[in-house]
Order: sequence, then structure tokens, then C-alpha cells
Amino acid sequence: MDIGWFLAVSALIFTIGAVGVLTRRSPLVILLCLELMLNAANLALIAFSRMHGNHDGQIFAVIVMVVAACEVTVGLGVIVAMHRRRLPIDVDELQELQG
Amino acid sequence: MTSLELFAWLTLLFPLAGCVAIALAGRSLPGRGAGYLGTGALALSFASAIGTLLALLHQDHEHRQVVAVAWDYANSAGVDAQLSLLVDPLSVFMILVVSGVSTLIHLYSISYLDSDRGYVRFFAYLNYFVFSMLLLVLAGNFLVLIVGWAFVGAASYMLISFWYRRGTATRAGIKAFVINVLGDVGLVLGTFFIFKQVGTLDFLGTFEKAHEVFEPGDADLTAGCILLLVGAFAKSAQIPLHTWLPDAMEGPTPVSALIHAATMVTAGVYLIARMHPLFELAPTAADVGAIIGCLTLLVAGTIAIAVTDLKRVIAYSTMSQIGYMIMAVSAGAYAAGLFHLMTHAFFKALLFMAAGSVIAAMAGQQNLDRMGGFKRAMPFTFGCMVIGGLALSGVPPFSGFFSKDEILLLIGDRGGWYWILYVAGYLGAFLTGIYTFRMIFRAFYGEPVPEARELEQGHLYHAEVHTNPANDEVEDTEVGFPGPDHHIAEREPSMKLAMGTLALLAVVGGFLQIPKITHVIDHFLEPTFADSALYERHPSGSLIAFGLVLGAAAGIAGITVAYLIWISKPQIAVRVRERCDPLYRLFVNKWYFDELIDVLVVRPALWFGQWAQQTFERVFVNGLLVGGTTGVVRAGSSAVRAAQTGFLRYYALLIVVGMVVLTFYFLLSS
Repeated sequence: MDIGWFLAVSALIFTIGAVGVLTRRSPLVILLCLELMLNAANLALIAFSRMHGNHDGQIFAVIVMVVAACEVTVGLGVIVAMHRRRLPIDVDELQELQG
Repeated sequence: MTSLELFAWLTLLFPLAGCVAIALAGRSLPGRGAGYLGTGALALSFASAIGTLLALLHQDHEHRQVVAVAWDYANSAGVDAQLSLLVDPLSVFMILVVSGVSTLIHLYSISYLDSDRGYVRFFAYLNYFVFSMLLLVLAGNFLVLIVGWAFVGAASYMLISFWYRRGTATRAGIKAFVINVLGDVGLVLGTFFIFKQVGTLDFLGTFEKAHEVFEPGDADLTAGCILLLVGAFAKSAQIPLHTWLPDAMEGPTPVSALIHAATMVTAGVYLIARMHPLFELAPTAADVGAIIGCLTLLVAGTIAIAVTDLKRVIAYSTMSQIGYMIMAVSAGAYAAGLFHLMTHAFFKALLFMAAGSVIAAMAGQQNLDRMGGFKRAMPFTFGCMVIGGLALSGVPPFSGFFSKDEILLLIGDRGGWYWILYVAGYLGAFLTGIYTFRMIFRAFYGEPVPEARELEQGHLYHAEVHTNPANDEVEDTEVGFPGPDHHIAEREPSMKLAMGTLALLAVVGGFLQIPKITHVIDHFLEPTFADSALYERHPSGSLIAFGLVLGAAAGIAGITVAYLIWISKPQIAVRVRERCDPLYRLFVNKWYFDELIDVLVVRPALWFGQWAQQTFERVFVNGLLVGGTTGVVRAGSSAVRAAQTGFLRYYALLIVVGMVVLTFYFLLSS
């Protein structure tokens, strides 16, 4: 199969994730969309790995998964902490760091 | 280490050990313990100095210049900084005078400062001073010399400001320190000028190379020597850097005797004598020294006739006598200058001690106008004062007669324009006789003042309210002010012993060197000055005889004038004062040197400081530099701050847009 299809799917998923991050206001959904973006990148990496016939891309994909796991841990922890302090679950209202 | 070097180091170490011991343990000693400890340390130092002398005499005449090196500070490309002493006849001569006179003055201070609450501190300072002075005269290279030079200035500052709650004393201390630092700067810069050309700091190495490196009259060397002279003038209170010395009389009287008469102020004389090979190659600088010395001896002599503070009369007399010494060593009469240094140390320390005794009898009062008639009440002090006065005035056979005439004789022998100095020197001798005996006649003769009457009946006058003699401010007797009790020589054996010894030395000291008869000093110092063309001179017999007669006549004439004015016809003094009113006012205002320095240095400095503070700092530094920088930072940061909206999605959008732009950039550029 032509590698173009894989890349097309990857780009599609990435765009969906990016648009989700930009448009949604719930931190939970933003995290999910971030996962989409990361996995789109994983798909592209593995496709390229198959094309070149070596395993470098797959190793990258594993590393990205590790990063994704860490990010989810921290992100969900932050969301739980926000929930406990009864902060609004809305990224637009959390703007204390403005200059 | 040879015994010679060992003794030299010991001479230096005893006062240092004494200072440390007194400073650490002095308070726990009972009564006058600190005083005895300090005096003991100095006596040991003097004994070591004698040991050095004997060891030096044991050497051959040609091998009497020994350099003792303890360790190297730095010995690398072009610098040879060592802790080294130069033990030669000149330095041994100086350590004998310094440690000997210091021992006697310590002995005197044991009683004199007995009731002072700063007793322990006083002796720690005094020992530190002696250590510094010995370091100065024993230094074997410029580095150690500069260290000793600065130490001595610091010790002088601490001792002038010893009564630190007296405003006048602290101000005098600051004045002395500032002028001395000016001299330090001169000395250091002068050293640079010389070091740049010869490439060694060591004295003997410098003198050896100076003949190869420098042509006679070399500009660098002349500049260096004149800068050295600035150092010498500041330390030895020569015009125009002399104004600190009279003010330094705010210190306790033993300090005046030790530092501001016998030892420290002669450091300039020592410096010129030590650097004689350089000064002989730079005759211009030497002439400057001789002329300034001559000016100082005349100016100081005239002021001494007019001032009414007992200690200041002696202070101006010291300036005048040091003028003789500076003139002598600058004009090549080295042995004579150093001989006068020695005899002057004896009789001037004696005069100060006697003055201290009189001041004690007056309960701290120093004004001559309030004194009188102490002759019967204080016979011992009177005797010492007269011996010191006769020696100072150069009356035969007292010591000052021989030393002063030796100087003038050798200066007269140089011929040429030195004749002016010769004549001025005898004029100075005449003035010396007048002011010395004016002081003695006014303090000891005439109608006895109440304090003298009380003392005649066996009571030492005791002030009800203690005041500062300079401005009559009321003081207490706690630490920082003089103690409650005063001590006079008649009642204190240690003061009597110190003054008696000095009186004896002031009488017989001159016999060491009588023209054509004894040449002890000349012969002893000869190895140091062996390379000097000016050292071995033989004035004609007629000049010698003429000088001796003229010197004696000038001194006796001065005394006679003083007798006429202040004893036999007291109204003359008033009439002379009225007739020569402008001259009198010039003298009593000290030739307006303080005012001159005020106008030339202090006010421009103050004006510049005010300008710097009000205009330069406020407008340029605060307004332009600091204000400009903060303005730029503030504007920049407010621009950056506006971008921080706090909206998470906005940041995410920026990242995405940035990524897209980057991607397109790389795609298009590839």
C-alpha cells in the first residue's frame, strides 16, 4: 500500500486533535485531543519506519508513548487538583497568569 | 643566621611581642603592669640593639652592610619582594636612638598616664609604634620601607586621637593621617619611578645599579627623588606639609615626646640619608630638600616666638630643628644631620617631658599666658627644662651646640649659594635661643601663679572641673578623656629617672663628635656612606673656629634678647608687639598656612564634591544613566507583558501558527 494513505490518515487525526485543542474549553477534552495529536505523529513515524525498513521510527514511537503517559499523569493530576479546590473546569476562566 | 642578624630580628620582635601581649593580656595585669610590661619589652629591644651594635663592630670595616632575609614574598620576573632587613651602621644608629629614647619615654609614661582609663591601650599603641618605627629604619628594601612608613602613620594617628572623645584630638588625628597618607603616596610613586629603571626593590641593589642606569641629573630619577621628598616632608613636617605637627600636640605629652619630637618625625631625615646615592645623582632634588629645610627652620622659628601653647612652642621648635636635619642630609652633611637627629632626640624628648610635668602641675592647662613662677615649686623640672633649653639653643658645651654647628659648618664648606643656607642657619639659631628661653622665662620666672603657690605648699593643684585646654569644653575623666590625676616629675621616681637620663645625655651627647677632636659618629657611619663623594670633607680650621664662635654667639644672643624682653623689661614685649603688629599677626597665625591650604585644597575639593553630588550625580548619574536604564527596561517589559493574556487556547494557537510558519519556511526553502 502507498505510504500516502497512512500519512493522509495521520494528518487528518493530527488536524482533528489540533482543532480540538484550540476550540474546546474543558481541560479533559484538551488532554484527549493532545493524545490524538501524539498518536497521529506515532502513526506517521511507524509508517516511515516501514518505508525505510528499519526500526528507528518504532523506537521513536515508543518514546512518544512514554512522554504521552507522563503528560497524561501530570495533566490528570492537575485536573484532579483543580476539581478538589473547586476551580472552574474551564481553561478560559483560568487566566491568573496574565501579565 | 649570624648573631648580627639574630640581634637585629630580636630588636624588631620585642616591641611587637610587647604590643600583642599587652593588647591580649594587659587588662588582667594588676595596677601599672601593662606599663612595666611595655617598658620591659622596649628595654629588651634596646639591649638587642646594643647586641646588634657590638656584633656589627665585630665585623670588618668593609663588611658592615648585612642584608638579613627572612623569606621571599615574591621572586618572579622583575620583582624581588622579600622580608629583608638591611643592618648597616645607619640602621643600627637609628635603632639605638629609637629604642633607647623609646625605653625612657615608656618609663616616663608608666607614671604620667597612671590615672588614665586607657592605660593598657596606650602602652599597646606605644609598643606598636616602636615596632613600626624599627621596621621603617631596618627595612632592607622599598617594600618593607613602605610598610613601616604606613604603620608609623597609623600608629601616629591612633596616639594623637588617643583621647578619642575629645573632638579637637580626633580632628587633629585625622589631619595628621591625611597629610601622612599624602606622603605615603609620594613615597610609593617615587619608588615606582626608581624601580621602573633599576628593576630591583632591594636598597643595596638599587644603589649599585643606580650608577649604571642613571646619568647624573636624569629626569626620571629627579622626579622619583622629589616624590620621595614629598614623603619625607609629610612625615617630617616640612613646609608645606607641616600643619599637622602642631595640631598633633593634642595627643598625650609622652606621645609628643616620642613620636612628634624624637623618632617618627625624623623618618624623613633617615629616608634622605638612606637614599643618598640617589640624591647625589639627582642634585636638583637634593637642592629642593635643602631649600625647603632652610625655609622650614626659619618659618617655624618665627612662629614659635609667637604661639602661647607650651607644647606647640616645642612642636614648632621640632619642625625648625628637623629643618636643620633635612637641610643637612640634603646638602650632603649626612653624619652631621644624623648627629643632630640623635642629640635632638635627647634634648627634645627631655623638653617635652619637662613640659608634661609643668602641664600636670597646671592640671592639664597648656597656655603659657596662665603659667609663671614655677621655678621654686618644681626645681627638678626647671633644671631639666634649662638643660634641654641650653642644648636646643646651642650653648656650649651642651650637645646641640656641637651637632648644629657641625651641620652649618659642612653647609658653609660647600660654598656657592649654600652660603645663604649657612647664614639662614645661624639666624635660625638666634631665633631658637629666643623662643626657647621665652618659653622657660614665661613658665618658670615671674610672679608665681596660684597653681605654683599651691605646689610650693605641697599640694598638687587639682582641677575641680576638667576641661579641654584647647577650647575649655567640660569633660569627665572616663575612658576617652584624660584621667583625673596628674603626675609631676618631682614626685614620681620613674619620671625622674627618665628625665635625669635624658638630661645627662643632652649634656654629654655632643662630645661624641667635636670638630678636630672626636669623630665617633663620622667614623661609625662611614661604611654606609663610603660611596658618597660628599662624605669625607675637611673644612678649614678657620671656618671651624668661626662657626663655633658664631654658633655660640647666636644662641647666647637669642637668650639675652629673651631675657631682656621677658624678664628685665616686660613692657618691651608689648611695645614690640604693637610696633610690629602685621609681623606679629603673621607669626601668631602661623604664616596663614592653614588658611592657604584651606583655600587652595580644601575649598576646591569641597566645591567639587558639592558639584559632583548636586549636579553630576543627580542629573547625570541618577537622571540620565539610572533613569534611562530603568525607563528602557520598564517600556520593554510592559510591551512584553501585554502579550501575556492568560488564555490557554491563545497560547496554543500561537504555537500552532508558529509551527505552521516554520514548516512552510522549511518546505519553501528546500
